[in-house]
Amino acid sequence: MIVFEKPKALTDVPLHYCPGCTHGIIHRLVAEAIDELDILGRTVGVAPVGCSVMSYDYFACDMVEAAHGRAPAVATGLKRAMPDNIIFTYQGDGDLASIGMAETVHSATRNENITVIFVNNAIYGMTGGQMAPTSLPGQVTQTSPYGRDIATAGYPIRVSEMLSTLDGPAYIERVAVNNVKNVKNAKKAILKAFRNQVEGKGFSLIEVVSTCPTNWGMTPAKALEWVENNMIPYYPLGVYRDKYADAKEG
Amino acid sequence: MAEKVLMKGNEAIAEAAIKAGCRHYFGYPITPQTEIAAYMAKRMPKIGGTFLQAESEIAAINMVYGVASAGFRVMTSSSSPGVSLKQEGISYIAGSDLPALIVNVQRGGPGLGGIQPSQSDYFQATKGGGHGDYHLIVLAPASVQEMADLTVKAFDLADKYRCPAMLLADGTMGQMMEPVVLPEVDTAPVEKPWAVTGTKNARPHNIINSLYLKPDQLEKTNFERYEKYRQIEENEVMYESFMMEDAEYCVVAFGITARISKNAVIAARKKGIKVGMIRPITLWPFPTDAIAKAAEQVKGFLSVELSMGQMIEDVRLASGCRRPVLLCNRTGGMIVSPEEVLAKIDELVAL
Repeated sequence: MIVFEKPKALTDVPLHYCPGCTHGIIHRLVAEAIDELDILGRTVGVAPVGCSVMSYDYFACDMVEAAHGRAPAVATGLKRAMPDNIIFTYQGDGDLASIGMAETVHSATRNENITVIFVNNAIYGMTGGQMAPTSLPGQVTQTSPYGRDIATAGYPIRVSEMLSTLDGPAYIERVAVNNVKNVKNAKKAILKAFRNQVEGKGFSLIEVVSTCPTNWGMTPAKALEWVENNMIPYYPLGVYRDKYADAKEG
Repeated sequence: MAEKVLMKGNEAIAEAAIKAGCRHYFGYPITPQTEIAAYMAKRMPKIGGTFLQAESEIAAINMVYGVASAGFRVMTSSSSPGVSLKQEGISYIAGSDLPALIVNVQRGGPGLGGIQPSQSDYFQATKGGGHGDYHLIVLAPASVQEMADLTVKAFDLADKYRCPAMLLADGTMGQMMEPVVLPEVDTAPVEKPWAVTGTKNARPHNIINSLYLKPDQLEKTNFERYEKYRQIEENEVMYESFMMEDAEYCVVAFGITARISKNAVIAARKKGIKVGMIRPITLWPFPTDAIAKAAEQVKGFLSVELSMGQMIEDVRLASGCRRPVLLCNRTGGMIVSPEEVLAKIDELVAL
């Protein structure tokens, strides 16, 4: 009896991510959602610029590599041209919340029927650990060597809260992948975000609070603790918007 | 014979694009090309197409990138400052070998410049524009009829060579009205097995990408792309030759300045000066051979441009600097007059 196997939506290419990085978990959750909804043959993913830039090699569906921050615009083009296909973006915090913020906000307010996986690890990983729009106050990075100073660098952006003020988006939830319980919840949320698109419900964004042990300068185990003790208090988990559930209640 | 209709140049582009099978348009308002967006906003919903006013030029060109990745005919249009914003996306489209149409209805620059006609984006259009080694196929219409015809041609060439094409017009061309016969197009779709339409679980996944972390692979890709460009240079050069048979002097001009220069050439002929004109229709590939051949025949060239002198560099290169090349130019939205061109022809003759 098979009790565990690699999802069909992942290729056999070995992931390049650092030890302890949670991208691997999130890739798997996305792939499982694609498998469970049986949509692999009609899914097109959009890879960002950042650590997951090469995710086009890892997901077995058709893939497009976008310019930094532009994934939601590319996804908009794909979805408008092919409304029956399932289009998702997979983006980091620098990509989605800094250089691509306009594309993020406007695709959300247009309620583009796409699925956005937003990996928030509060740092630019690929370029070697610079301050991100989501870096915490006081967080030491290569470009905030004395800690993020809110007087000069401003405050971290809570993307899920901000986007949930818009009338457009269908579903916004923040999850984490730092322990088994949270991974299970993340799986549910990601599956729902894809199912929403299949059902034509519109823009769904799942913010996944994630780790970067390498650039945080921690062991993988310490990084998971840091998520629990520092990230989650600033970025509370939960459903920030569920238009259809709200409608039911109303 | 199809019926002639009176149209603005910008509207002719939009309707010709629809005739060519383009069903996806993404844009952002900017003078003097906004009629294209307005036309598409009216027409696209009626024919099951997409009109989307994007949040920025950057978003618009990346939406184009998305649709082009899926293999559909797609376009955006803008004017000079907006086209600067699109350069990142254009570089990615070129680097991913995707067909798409970008229209630039030029206005004066640099910076915010002005809203009057200009040709000062010649360098940007023909020499790359964005980062990296690439070219666009650049077509320069000189009438409303050509606004329509070259729009169709641009889509065909883009599909044929899997590369982005640009229609480089100017504010005059965009705004003026002329009778036009809209082209009837055979819209038989081109096979695009590389497109990301979903694997349908029947083939390995397609990837649209311009990232090559291994330098030898990136180099190989660039060499292969330039082999494609060499074929375009060999097969796709277009130009109009006017009164060149016995010409002793050659005016080189494109777009609106070519129309103005034609009057000057006729006036000079009346004065007994044997002058002709070469009008590049493709700015890239540039009609290098035609200019080189003319250099064997004429005593000098006159480049007429609405810029500080950009195409003149290509005229000098193509003529091998064997003959003097003078510049007749206005800039900033000012338009050169036939008298000014004629005066420069006189100056060329007097050298």
